[in-house]
Amino acid sequence: MRIYDQSAFIARSLLFSGLAAVAGFAVAAQPGLGKPVSPADVAAIDISIPPSGEGLPAGSGDAVAGKAVYAEKCAACHAQAGKGKPADALVGGIGSLGSAKPVKSVGSYWPYATTLFDYIRRAMPLDAPMSLSDDEVYAVTAYVLSLNGIVSETEILDAGTLPAVRMPNRGRFNDRSGVR
Amino acid sequence: MNRKEKALSQAPRVAGNGLIDRRVFLRRGVAGGLALAGGVAGVHAAGIGDNARRWQKEIGAPMSASGSPSKHVEGKVQRGVLKPYGDIAPGTGVSMTPLHELSGTITPNRLHFERHHNGVPDIDPDQHVLTVHGLVKRPLTFNMAALSRYPMTNRICFIECSGNSFFNTFPEAKALSAGMIHGLLSCSEWTGVPLSILLEEAGIDARAKWIIAEGADAATMGRSIPLSKAMDDVIVALYQNGEPVRPEQGFPMRLVNPGYEGNTSIKWLHRIKLAERPVHARDETSKYTDLLPDGTADQFTFAMGVKSVIIRPSGGMTMAGNGFYEISGLAWSGAGRVRRVEVSADGGITWADAHLHGPVLDKALTRFSMAWQWDGSPVQLQSRATDDKGRVQMTRSAWMAGYGPGQRYHHNAIQSWVVNELGEVSNAYL
Repeated sequence: MRIYDQSAFIARSLLFSGLAAVAGFAVAAQPGLGKPVSPADVAAIDISIPPSGEGLPAGSGDAVAGKAVYAEKCAACHAQAGKGKPADALVGGIGSLGSAKPVKSVGSYWPYATTLFDYIRRAMPLDAPMSLSDDEVYAVTAYVLSLNGIVSETEILDAGTLPAVRMPNRGRFNDRSGVR
Repeated sequence: MNRKEKALSQAPRVAGNGLIDRRVFLRRGVAGGLALAGGVAGVHAAGIGDNARRWQKEIGAPMSASGSPSKHVEGKVQRGVLKPYGDIAPGTGVSMTPLHELSGTITPNRLHFERHHNGVPDIDPDQHVLTVHGLVKRPLTFNMAALSRYPMTNRICFIECSGNSFFNTFPEAKALSAGMIHGLLSCSEWTGVPLSILLEEAGIDARAKWIIAEGADAATMGRSIPLSKAMDDVIVALYQNGEPVRPEQGFPMRLVNPGYEGNTSIKWLHRIKLAERPVHARDETSKYTDLLPDGTADQFTFAMGVKSVIIRPSGGMTMAGNGFYEISGLAWSGAGRVRRVEVSADGGITWADAHLHGPVLDKALTRFSMAWQWDGSPVQLQSRATDDKGRVQMTRSAWMAGYGPGQRYHHNAIQSWVVNELGEVSNAYL
């Protein structure tokens, strides 16, 4: 039987000191009770879509297809054409943010189109999250962007085109994280 | 005027409108008073029961497997629930800790504030696992049985929703209680596994600078958090004030990020991905960002500001007549310890240092108090906190000027309560 000094598990002072950078690693004891997980099992739950588009699934959709999905699944909360109420407005306000009456919407405020895809895919519709197919998510994303005049009605969004969409408010966020 | 009243009326004033040096109560004779010999001894002709209360003469309730508050307070001391979308999204909204009904610094678990983005999930702990992946050498999963064997740490800290006190960003001062205005704030002793241990076990790739933490609720809500914070003091909490974390607080496990805006303390934690850059989730772009007057927005403003609120007296209360009161409140900072709290009874013209009730802990609530002799005239009560980084709580007007219209997050301005000549206390913008 071995009794450990509990500080053996705490490597943070070592890791973030210059010492660790020089040594290239930090030495800390590990209970070792974590279970290895396969890449396939990770891929099945990794739904994070960063601005690079890494992790975007196969599939595609355009605003024409998205309009039909929206009417059926989204309009009850976000109103016709994304005007909002009771839930958030999805359109409007582009160019208003520095004014006396700023209006935040997907079009005016959101910096990345990938965020819209990620959020719809994981959390919408509110009463049946994760129920849309990937094609439907691409399509609804395209429809909301087209309502804002950011993509055309026939532009096809997929893993290649979505990350290339330039949102009007991109570059207008100040990163205060201190991470470099 | 009796001797004690006279002593109070002559007690040294430390600021305007009756703020008193509390040390007057530490001197023998002022607060203690004289114990008067009571009653007539030894006369119980009809038995002592005649002079006892009913509850001294009946068998009390038996032991119970789980306690509950007194029936005299249970219906009164409750969270204030707000559902902005009504029945269309009943699990989307907040419930506020009734700060004005509580004392001390630790929030009872049943009254910890809630902010849910799509309800409280009903998670089977036997099926729940935490997966650590991304820029790690060995992707791992940890189930409850494994996690419960890890070294654990205890941490008393507050959690404050980034949107706390949003009512005070509105143009008109709302007639609300301290709890309804500032109750997206609670403080607990959290017990769990330091996240650094789990990340070390997975093996951190040198490129990793962020973690993306995600919950298993019906919003699958996630946030990006700097890896440096994750390695510093973040906990995967399994216990809250000694009992398993409650469902509405993240059962079976949640992240606790001391000092950071509450939304980052991911509840129902099930996945942590290490990454080079943040994911720019909806709740760190569209929401929880701070619009500035020039139309740009601050992003990743994690640490909650230095802040204090007078809790007693506060909005909706009525003074019980002239005379002595102890002003009492809470102070905290997401950047460290509270170093000083000042109180004013004249709307910020004169200030006096409040007494800080220890222990004054890092990133935890601190209780403060100030002795006060109210003469019955209208007053304006305020408190102003300073933390150990030298940051000072600002006035509401100064805070408002720093942001664009409609900014609701990170409101940490000075709260003003006015007491009118009838003794009614209400929220005010001075």
